[in-house]
Amino acid sequence: MPEIATGPGNLKSLVLGQQDAADLDVEHELPSELMTVNMGPSHPAMHGTVRIVLTVDGERIVKGDVQPGYLHRCFEKESEYATYTQVFPYTDRLNYVSPMINNVGWAMAVEKLLGIGKEIPRRAEYVRVIVSEVSRITDHLTCVGASAMELGAFGPFLFFLKSREWLYTLLEEVSGARLTHTYVRVGGVAKDLPDGWMPKLLRRLDEIDGVMVEVETLLNNNKIFRDRMAGIGAFSREDTIRWGCTGPIARAAGVDYDVRKDHPYSVYPELEFDVPVGTTGDCLDRYLVRVEEIKQSMRILRQACAQIPDGPVMIDDPRCALPPKTDAYNTIESMIRHFKHIVDGIRVPAGEAYTFVEGGNGELGFFIVADGTGRPYKAYCRSPSFVHLATTQKLILGHLIADIVPIFGMINMIGGECDK
Amino acid sequence: MSQRVLDALKAKFGDAIVATESQHGDEVAVVKRDKLKDVATWLRDDKAMAFDTPVFVTCIDLLDWRPVKAPGKPSSTRPEWDGVAPRFEVCWQLRSLAHRHRVRLKVALAENDVKVPSLTPLWSGFEWQERETFDMYGIEFVGHHDLRRIYLYDEFVGYPLRKDYPKEKRQPLVRRPDLVGDH
Amino acid sequence: MLELVTTKLEDVANWGRKFSLFSYPFVTACCGMEFMSVAAPKYDIARFGAEFPRFSPRQSDLLMIVGTITEKQGPALRRVYDQMAEPKWVIAFGVCASTGGFYQNYHAMPGADQVVPVDVYIPGCPPRPEQVLDAIMLLMERVQRKDGHSQLRLKREKIVLEQQRALDDD
Repeated sequence: MPEIATGPGNLKSLVLGQQDAADLDVEHELPSELMTVNMGPSHPAMHGTVRIVLTVDGERIVKGDVQPGYLHRCFEKESEYATYTQVFPYTDRLNYVSPMINNVGWAMAVEKLLGIGKEIPRRAEYVRVIVSEVSRITDHLTCVGASAMELGAFGPFLFFLKSREWLYTLLEEVSGARLTHTYVRVGGVAKDLPDGWMPKLLRRLDEIDGVMVEVETLLNNNKIFRDRMAGIGAFSREDTIRWGCTGPIARAAGVDYDVRKDHPYSVYPELEFDVPVGTTGDCLDRYLVRVEEIKQSMRILRQACAQIPDGPVMIDDPRCALPPKTDAYNTIESMIRHFKHIVDGIRVPAGEAYTFVEGGNGELGFFIVADGTGRPYKAYCRSPSFVHLATTQKLILGHLIADIVPIFGMINMIGGECDK
Repeated sequence: MSQRVLDALKAKFGDAIVATESQHGDEVAVVKRDKLKDVATWLRDDKAMAFDTPVFVTCIDLLDWRPVKAPGKPSSTRPEWDGVAPRFEVCWQLRSLAHRHRVRLKVALAENDVKVPSLTPLWSGFEWQERETFDMYGIEFVGHHDLRRIYLYDEFVGYPLRKDYPKEKRQPLVRRPDLVGDH
Repeated sequence: MLELVTTKLEDVANWGRKFSLFSYPFVTACCGMEFMSVAAPKYDIARFGAEFPRFSPRQSDLLMIVGTITEKQGPALRRVYDQMAEPKWVIAFGVCASTGGFYQNYHAMPGADQVVPVDVYIPGCPPRPEQVLDAIMLLMERVQRKDGHSQLRLKREKIVLEQQRALDDD
């Protein structure tokens, strides 16, 4: 009597005989056709609207054609018809999860062309750094929270949204709007931080520390989370450099490049912080890099709040600053200056320059060609999401369809920034 | 800051580098179109240059370029390069991770001859950005393996970022059947 | 008498519909962040019964167009709207979906109502979550009053059908 052993292979060989079972077990000899599947522009992933036309063999992806452009809102064309200050709302809507950083980048780009980059008041620089880092935290919270939710972890998503609400309320007190702030101006910021704002920020940061501990306990050593993220979408260091990736994606692959450290701007040289660098470049490393960056941003915020000096928040330069309202209402010269600023814009001398900052996703740059009038002749935005989405075609090859979710989530493709 | 890059380029390639300028901390080298591939390959492979990362590629349309002359400064109209009155200037920005220097390469193109060699075989990161420049300006990158529109749909006629394309000229794909009037 | 019964039944049905809106969030842009905030615990949309987004048009009856619609996106939006079963309602969330916002260019559609009929428009860039909750309440009133575009269309079609039947009988 043959042994009745457990396991399907043995059962098959019992029923069919040894040879036939061996034939059936050889999966790749079964013929299959490639199928084209559309992951349409409207899809549940919370990050952005993009269309991926997949050619799949069963569940494995053989080819992916990523098609962006469903949110192309013509940032460059609109900028050519707007004054330099009117472009700030358009920049808000580029990377709309960290809008302050885009504002700061545009302001720095115009200031470079005006030649006043080194004369911004120190308090204004500190305020810019503080709001940028708060925006960076909201960016990473949204990215990690939404990605976790897409993998089934609904709890961390709600915890992170709760933290994000605190930060939105704080930014609303500063700028007046929860999401699209338009707070930074050429030469400084629009208005000073409200009284008592910094202690509130520091209290909220302590509370976010607690939330981070909760979420890390839930996710870091969670077998399901790790199985879905580790080894998925790995990108080698050489490929990362060749494709132009920057930001958390490059750092996860081992490229130690952070604009704040390598090409320091504003008051970052006076602040102490570390740049987390990963090793394998897979989704798990990207997640860990982002979580660590949240903690480093909080470290920067605590130092900046302690070191911020008093002083004006706007440069005292008639070329770009609006006159104080008392003067504008009482003297004719100030009124004319105010009028010319609003209607004609800031006259930037002819020239071109490329200015870049460390955005939530990587190197966010603005290439402006100025022609001496108050409107840019050309304003190109070098968006990190666009560059990273191009790598997605390579990252998803050979993976299962379900692996697109963590890969796409950790790329953090923000539609507004990718499609400009 | 990266002036030595420009000096090394001029020393190595001589008159293939039509002009160099340095403004606002950026170094720009205007290169002859047929020498662009050689210059770029040397910039990537030479150990002292080591430009391994692409930053961006874009195009400037000079149709309406009439800069306001700043008092006391020389006029900054673009000179005619190579006898060509350029309509387009295609710019590639490169960066070196090891040496931390940057350079911008430019090629001037006339209106009726908008072909330029593609640098995608050297740096893969330019693949989508060159497609974007083609989509917006109509610059044809010779040697790009997949040059098609990226932001706009295939039925779109024209190149919207050129200065002669009106900003509000829409080309709708679908409209509600009961809608009245022009939209 | 029969009409009284069917009208009351319909009111009850609409009462049920308005308190259990299954939304399909057609999220494109920045307003998506505010949509996430509305669904989050602080500005809870669950108290209106509309919390769980159905990511399939076949299973939803409220299409929330969140963010800018571009010309390239137009056919996709129309197709999603057509795939939904009647009765269905549409909310244009944000000023870009309502009228195009401050984007007046060759790609941004001047409002989602160029391709689909919209029942409630929410202005704001992005709208505050309280505005969204106000819009949900306005929509609920519209559902109860049988005023939504799709409900009016169903009523018109029923009237046309009855008139045709009357003609055939004659």
